[in-house]
Amino acid sequence: MRKAREIDVSLVSEAVKGLFIKANVSIGQDVYNALVQARDRIEESPIGRSVLDQIIRNHDLARAEQMPICQDTGMAVVFADVGQDVVLTGGDLTAAINLGVEEAYREGYFRKSIVEEPLFDRRNTGTNTPAVIHTRIVPGDRIKILVTPKGFGSENKSALRLFTPAQGPGEVRDFIRDTVAAAGPDPCPPLLIGVGVGGTVESAAIMAKRATLYSVGRRNPDRRYAALEMETLEAVNALGIGPAGLGGTVTCLDIHMDFAPGHIAGTPVVVNICCHAARHAEVSI
Amino acid sequence: MRYASRVVAPLNDETVLSLRSGDKVLISGVIFTGRDAAHRRMAESIAENRPLPFDVRGQIIYYVGPSPTPPGRVCGSAGPTTSGRMDLYTPLLLDLGLKGMIGKGKRSPEVVESMKKNRAVYFGAVGGAAVLISKCINRMETVAWPELGPEAVFRMRVEDLPVVVLVDSFGDDLYSDGPAWFRRSG
Repeated sequence: MRKAREIDVSLVSEAVKGLFIKANVSIGQDVYNALVQARDRIEESPIGRSVLDQIIRNHDLARAEQMPICQDTGMAVVFADVGQDVVLTGGDLTAAINLGVEEAYREGYFRKSIVEEPLFDRRNTGTNTPAVIHTRIVPGDRIKILVTPKGFGSENKSALRLFTPAQGPGEVRDFIRDTVAAAGPDPCPPLLIGVGVGGTVESAAIMAKRATLYSVGRRNPDRRYAALEMETLEAVNALGIGPAGLGGTVTCLDIHMDFAPGHIAGTPVVVNICCHAARHAEVSI
Repeated sequence: MRYASRVVAPLNDETVLSLRSGDKVLISGVIFTGRDAAHRRMAESIAENRPLPFDVRGQIIYYVGPSPTPPGRVCGSAGPTTSGRMDLYTPLLLDLGLKGMIGKGKRSPEVVESMKKNRAVYFGAVGGAAVLISKCINRMETVAWPELGPEAVFRMRVEDLPVVVLVDSFGDDLYSDGPAWFRRSG
């Protein structure tokens, strides 16, 4: 029998705290490079290039001065893949994750944007908790933690549609394109788009969220989906929305799709929109 | 980026009428902030005939909820939020003399009509360029509703805040004209 590995939850708190501080002040190199390439080689609109230049200079400043890239430091989303040979000690995992979030948002001077109850009082919790936590039990004796501070200018423009078995990739492509067209300038283009296809309503949404976190340039291992990603990217960039929605050829930096087995009667598709400040960080304990 | 003109806040009608959709402008002077919760409270104040936290005549409202101010700085990161959520309340403020708004994203036809009627202008700042924008803010103080945290009303003194005229007082909208130029039909 394999020996269990003990991990104190205080290590999880520390990791979550460090990841949110890092993610909120420094953008990933893949997104940064894509923005530079868009400014220098792809964007045809002069005003679009100047918007991209402001975005890039903002990333440089944020990193140098350890300031949040965007004032909307988001709702804290945490993906925790917990190895089944791990024994958690020292307390409650959920509480430990929330403690890490609270400390990161306090010490990083990040905005607290979470309200306790959404329809009546809308009172701010003051700590940016609770986080949205997605836990999976996986083989192994490690914990992999992936975090993303999710801003709501873009989250607000996401969409869900249930497709029938008679509908195919063309309809999915059009749905994604139309979702971006309807959003226009509001979600802060150029965008990163995650799409979840199949499964159930909630599993498609989680797939879509994870897909927003893939590196720019990553393609689905299934060639048909990879081709659909590229075709959809082309269709979205043909909309002309451009950086900040002021018109241009770069509306979206990349689209990532994931699929899951689904029911014979229907296919949920979730389009999760992420702004150009596509912030995430991960670590393995 | 080269900016064609500088404007001083608060605004007068002459300045408002001189600005056209697509103009790049640097704003200096005093502006006020307000977003969802502050707009809701201002609308309630108007409905109940109570005074607003500041006289909106001639003023610019910046739709922003800044991140907390770290020690040694004037303010935290302070980029624009999505303006469309304020559309419900905006005509009320325009009728009272509000002359300018800074934000990002589309406005409703009702807001654009009210802007034409009341001679007002809607500026766009780059969403996400929040540290860059914070460098243009020289002073910040709370005017009302501190309990709203980032959603409180702040008075800001700004210098050379870079914006683009999105919708001018004649109703021309850069968000329709700009993308149309680059749209490719499939």
